[in-house]
Amino acid sequence: MSHEYVPEIATDREGNEHVVQGWQGDFYGGKLGFWMFMLTEVLMFGAMFLVLAYYNTLHPQDFIDASASLNRWLGGTNTVILLVSALTMGLGLLKMRVGDVKGAKLMIWATILLAAVFLIIKGFEWTAEYNHGIFLMHDKLLVGTENSLPFGQKLFFGMYFTMTGLHGFHIIIGIGLMLWLLKRINAGKVSQDHHILYWNIALYWDIVHLIWVFVFPYFYMIGAGGVTGGH
Amino acid sequence: MSKTYFDETHCAIGHPKSTFMQWMLTVDHKRIGLMYAAVMFTFFFVAVFTALLMRFELFAPGQQFIDGPTFNQAFTLHGVIMIFLFIIPGIPAIFGNIVMPLMIGAKDVSFPRLNWATFWLYILGCCVALASLFIGEGVADTGWTFYAPYSLNTDTNVIMALTAAFILGFASILTGLNFLVTIHRLRAPGMTFFKMPLFVWGIYATAWIQLLATPVIGITLILAVMEKYFGIGIFDPSKGGDPVLFQHLFWIYSHPAVYLMILPAFGIMSEIIPTFSRKEIFGYRTIALSSASIAGIGYLVWGHHLYTSGMSDVAKSVFSFLTFFVAIPTGVKFYDWIATMYQGKIVLSTPMIWGLGTIITFAIGGITGITITMIGVDIHLQDTYYSVAHFHYAILGGVVFLMFAGMHYWFPLITGKMYKETHAKAAFYIQFVGFNLLWFPMFIAGWYGMPRRYFDYLPEFQIYHQVSFYGALIFVSGLIYMFWTFYRGWTKGEPSGTNPWNATTLEWHMPSSPPPLENHSKVPYVDFNPYEYHHGEPVVKFNYETMQRID
Repeated sequence: MSHEYVPEIATDREGNEHVVQGWQGDFYGGKLGFWMFMLTEVLMFGAMFLVLAYYNTLHPQDFIDASASLNRWLGGTNTVILLVSALTMGLGLLKMRVGDVKGAKLMIWATILLAAVFLIIKGFEWTAEYNHGIFLMHDKLLVGTENSLPFGQKLFFGMYFTMTGLHGFHIIIGIGLMLWLLKRINAGKVSQDHHILYWNIALYWDIVHLIWVFVFPYFYMIGAGGVTGGH
Repeated sequence: MSKTYFDETHCAIGHPKSTFMQWMLTVDHKRIGLMYAAVMFTFFFVAVFTALLMRFELFAPGQQFIDGPTFNQAFTLHGVIMIFLFIIPGIPAIFGNIVMPLMIGAKDVSFPRLNWATFWLYILGCCVALASLFIGEGVADTGWTFYAPYSLNTDTNVIMALTAAFILGFASILTGLNFLVTIHRLRAPGMTFFKMPLFVWGIYATAWIQLLATPVIGITLILAVMEKYFGIGIFDPSKGGDPVLFQHLFWIYSHPAVYLMILPAFGIMSEIIPTFSRKEIFGYRTIALSSASIAGIGYLVWGHHLYTSGMSDVAKSVFSFLTFFVAIPTGVKFYDWIATMYQGKIVLSTPMIWGLGTIITFAIGGITGITITMIGVDIHLQDTYYSVAHFHYAILGGVVFLMFAGMHYWFPLITGKMYKETHAKAAFYIQFVGFNLLWFPMFIAGWYGMPRRYFDYLPEFQIYHQVSFYGALIFVSGLIYMFWTFYRGWTKGEPSGTNPWNATTLEWHMPSSPPPLENHSKVPYVDFNPYEYHHGEPVVKFNYETMQRID
């Protein structure tokens, strides 16, 4: 595929010429494809929210009690961090589009840094929960021991670790993608005129933070009323 | 000037010299489609012979050749291979890859390298599924539906089967995505959506289902894996979960998946009927839009798999009503095909008789489906041989028959050779007779209460099982005969020319047969409908040097 791509021409009966869209360098095709891929992410998390909502209706009080025990400060900080990282990602893309490669790279590094901070905070959170006996296959989440939580809480925490875990996995993939993007920028493969890769990774990062925007209230905030004294 | 594989290796990685590596690394959609076909039919025969083994076992009541647990594993293996490895990816991966870009005048799919990666992802999924046969306690024994909580408690390799299904699902998503972008972006100039051949419409509707439904099964399988290893309790009642929730999530994907199987097959039918009736298709738009509406309504009917699983009466009634609804666009297609044939110059070539045979078998499959849509009847027939027969009439007698029709139709396009029509027709009649002998008795056995998935039965069911058994033998011999005919055609057949069927769609206007690398040497401007015939002759003619219309 090393040959230079020259768009083909189709000629109609009147002799008018029409440019044939090829798959090579199809910016809109690349964007459309990635939007569709993001749609699959939405459906994947959507199915998990469905499970969550179903068990919430079965065990409303357990869900509120379990949610109340989560650390809203750490979760809230993480939300802010992700929102800011979406901003840095977007700004970087804008910079790339006006040709400021150095600024764009700086912004990508900032995003990577924020993503790492997110993961570190997440790590602290999970560690604290583990120390309280709440973790998959551990102490309070086992069935039939004296410490066992009620079914509703157990399901809540099970989904909490599954969903935030899967989300964290997406963050790790995102960091990998951004490092790869930096490599491509340094190699001159991503530039002002050819930035589809950047565009799509920014889109990916948007979906990752968007999912968190839904994950955060469903896990952290539904129990907040009980803690602050009002429902 | 067209390129060859030798001056342009056309590979995903590097420029290998050996022909073998050029195939393994190829990004050419036609070669990828052929590789899919080779792998899928290998698995198809594995599953066919697994089924035959079950028929041998069921020849008489009591144990003959295999014991009960092995029988459970056999029908699971049959289901998993047929569903996840063969029929779900089947027509899109083979004909979607080979023919769809040719039909819209594209040089390749939108993301050729992704297409290559998808193929190898599919192979990876196949390897995981195969590995589960030989590791530990062997292949899963849950049935292909993996219903919780049994699937979470059995010692067999359910998790590997789930992982395989997840990987294959991912491959399916990426194929669908690739085709959607291809159809949106790479149509030849002038080809609007309503000038696309109907097979492309079928692939388009299918691709949306692949894209939007598959993630749900993906996450369901992940949740089941989480459940198994981390004991969350999502689907296990002993841990507070709800096994019916698994069924809901499973069928939210797996019911649209049957439309995912049938829609491209209907697309093949919509190619064959006008071509061999030498007549413009009746109701082009209704067929195109019925594909889209089947894809849409198909999402809302999954509950009819759960009539006996514990659902509210309101939900049952709604799902029953919606299921009746999905039959309407399907009926529209059937009437359109029959109306196309009316006063056409019908040519009874092999693809056409496969199509006509399918009209009979799929009608039986479809109408028996309507009977079990009714809640009351379904309570009686759920999990009996009746639903097994219904499913196989619809999928084997619908999807696979039309896939065979497509294979006969596009064989000269793909190989440049023609098989012997007498042999091919004989193979059709043998299979058609064998098929009906195999499956029709099951309707009766199921009606009298023969449950599915049982390895033993009461003596009064013996007659049905034995008729089925002989039908199966006839069917399998017809199948082998058909593939032998293909093989002979490929190795010793006469050159077919580029357009042996007098067809009108773009894949038959190639500079050579089989099509050269990068397809059309020159892309035509499409200002005509896909099936324009006048007095039995194609209307649109091209100057093949410039691909300009000269009619």
